[in-house]
Amino acid sequence: MLDDLDRRILRHFQLDPTQTMQDLASAAGSSAAVCTRRLARLRDAGVIEQTQAVIDWRALGYTVEVSLRISLDKTQPRAFDEFTAAARLVPQVIEIQTFLGRVDVRLEVIARDMAHYQQLYRGKILTLPHITDIEALMHVARVKSDEALPL
Amino acid sequence: MTVDLDPIDRALLRLLVQDATCSAGALARALDISQPNAWRRLDRLRSRGVIKGYRAVLDREALGFGVAVFLGIKLALKGRVSIEDFERAVTAIPEVQTVEHVLGLYDYRLRVVARDIADFERVLRRRIMTLPGVGDVEANVLLSEERRPGPI
Repeated sequence: MLDDLDRRILRHFQLDPTQTMQDLASAAGSSAAVCTRRLARLRDAGVIEQTQAVIDWRALGYTVEVSLRISLDKTQPRAFDEFTAAARLVPQVIEIQTFLGRVDVRLEVIARDMAHYQQLYRGKILTLPHITDIEALMHVARVKSDEALPL
Repeated sequence: MTVDLDPIDRALLRLLVQDATCSAGALARALDISQPNAWRRLDRLRSRGVIKGYRAVLDREALGFGVAVFLGIKLALKGRVSIEDFERAVTAIPEVQTVEHVLGLYDYRLRVVARDIADFERVLRRRIMTLPGVGDVEANVLLSEERRPGPI
């Protein structure tokens, strides 16, 4: 079970997982030694799953980001599995999400420019299996992206 | 300016996307390069902005957030509400994890977490539907998600 201190540590840790233990301790109102021990326990318990580096795709020349909302043919029992397996093989797909709602699957796709996007869309996306409908949302800006949980 | 990567940089990034807590020593061993070399590459990737930050992946359900919902929001521009007002208000909602400005069927895409569906309904009614300028809202409940390494 998590106590208040665990939650306070996580609340600050999630905003900057690379901060020093000293900074984290003072933000959470505890000592560095206690924070180190608590973080280790939270990692062991799987509450902290991973710390990942976040890549800025723009810095690597990917200027276009599109969110594709896809409906699948639900009369095909293996539609979800076959679709996601095929989508995983497209390197420019950086996220795959499945939903309950009007949209079945969403793919986040990046491309170098619009010409590259068009080429990917025609050659790699439209050829994915069991698609019945696609809507595209073109990414303009990220207004909030910390993904912090309201702990 | 686009940063060029060689195959070792790419391998380094792939490792860091999985586990950013890897030390330069561990990265050097994994890639069979010297530790100073790993340091230099790491430093360049950070300073050139290829690595824009670090993200802690937390087990949302273990922390009591059983539901994640993506909302598509269309602004009702008739009321002449400024985009700045909407953005300021929406980013201040603690349950809203991400806000993306998009072009297409919707104007904004939001990721919202809640304890359960009843809690989500509370967030939707009290916080989202009361935002300045909010129009049409579509909700899709997240069932699964995976982040892919991307073209590196």
